[in-house]
Amino acid sequence: MKIFVNGKETDLNNSLTVIELLVEQKVKMPEMVSVELNGQVLRRSDFEKNVLKDGDKVEFLYFMGGGNGIN
Amino acid sequence: MGLTEQQIERYSRHIILEQIGGTGQEKLLSSKVLIVGAGGLGAPAALYLAAAGVGAIGIVDADKVDLTNLQRQVIHHTKDIGTDKVASAADKIKAINPDVEVKTYKCWAKADNILEIIRGYDFVIDGTDNFPAKFLVNDACYFEKVPFSHAGILKFDGQLMTVLPGGTTCYRCIFNSPPPAGAVPSCSQAGVLGVLAGVIGSLQATEAIKYLLGIENLLTDTLLTYNALKMEFRKVPLSRNPDCPLCGNTPTILELKDEQQQVCNLRNCKC
Repeated sequence: MKIFVNGKETDLNNSLTVIELLVEQKVKMPEMVSVELNGQVLRRSDFEKNVLKDGDKVEFLYFMGGGNGIN
Repeated sequence: MGLTEQQIERYSRHIILEQIGGTGQEKLLSSKVLIVGAGGLGAPAALYLAAAGVGAIGIVDADKVDLTNLQRQVIHHTKDIGTDKVASAADKIKAINPDVEVKTYKCWAKADNILEIIRGYDFVIDGTDNFPAKFLVNDACYFEKVPFSHAGILKFDGQLMTVLPGGTTCYRCIFNSPPPAGAVPSCSQAGVLGVLAGVIGSLQATEAIKYLLGIENLLTDTLLTYNALKMEFRKVPLSRNPDCPLCGNTPTILELKDEQQQVCNLRNCKC
C-alpha cells in the first residue's frame, strides 16, 4: 500500500502502526517528533494504536530550537 | 500623522507598492514589534523591521555577544564582543533608521516578567533558542492575545508558523510540551548553517509586516518547513488541536508558568 510521508509517496509492504513507521523511516529521536495523521496531530499514546491505511498522509513535525543549535 | 519629506524618500520603494502606500507606511511607523532573543533569528528580523520603519522595536535578551555568535547573528559585529546583545542590537537599529524607537529589556523572558513586557506590542517575534522559552512565548502571547511568529532552526532545517492566539493553531497544538531532556541533541552534535537564520528570521519579519499592514494571507494553520540542502520549502497544513493543553476544549494550562529548562550535559558549553 501507498502512504504519504512528509508529502513523499512511500510504499509499505505490511501494515504498520505510527510507532513502527517511525522506526521504519529511521527517525532517530521519536521524542523530538510530533506526528500529524491526515491533518490531525496524534496523541503520543496513540502512536502504538494507529494502524496506517492506504492513502494516509503522515507528517513528521520536528522540534526545532534556535540558532545556538543546542536544543 | 503625516510623513516628512525625508520619510517619503526613505520609504519610497514601500510607498509605491499598491498594498502599502503612504497609509501603510504610516501604519508601520506607528506599530510596535517585540523581538524575544537578539540571536540568529532576531538579528535579521530586527534589521529588516528597522529598515522598514516599524516605529517601535523591543528587544529582550540577557546575553552578551560572543565570538561564536558572529557566524549568524548579523546584527552583532566583531567590535561588539563582550557587550550586551540588546545594546549592540539597539545601536545597529538606530544606525539604520533613527525613526525607530528601541526599547531594550536586558533579561531572560520568564513567566514572572514576560506578560508585562509583551503588553502593548502589536506583534511578537519568537527568536528564542530553547524549548522552554518557545513554550513561554506561545503561552504568554495566548494570554495577552498578541499575534506572534514562531520559528526554529537546526542544522540545515528551519520551520516557521504565525499564530493568532485563540484563532489559529498554536505551538502547543503541535508540540504539547518540551521534549524530554535526553532527547535533546548535545551542543557538540548539533550545529546550524548561519545563513539559515537569515532566511527564517527574514520570513518572520515578512509575516510581522504583513500582519501590521493587514495584507494578504498569513502563515497561520500552516507550518512552513525549509531544508537548505535540498532547497525545499513545504507548507504543512495544520488545524487547531482539540486536545491542546492551552487553547483546546479542556485547557489544563490556566496560567503562565516556566517549563523546565533542559540541561546540557557538556561542561563549559555556552548554553
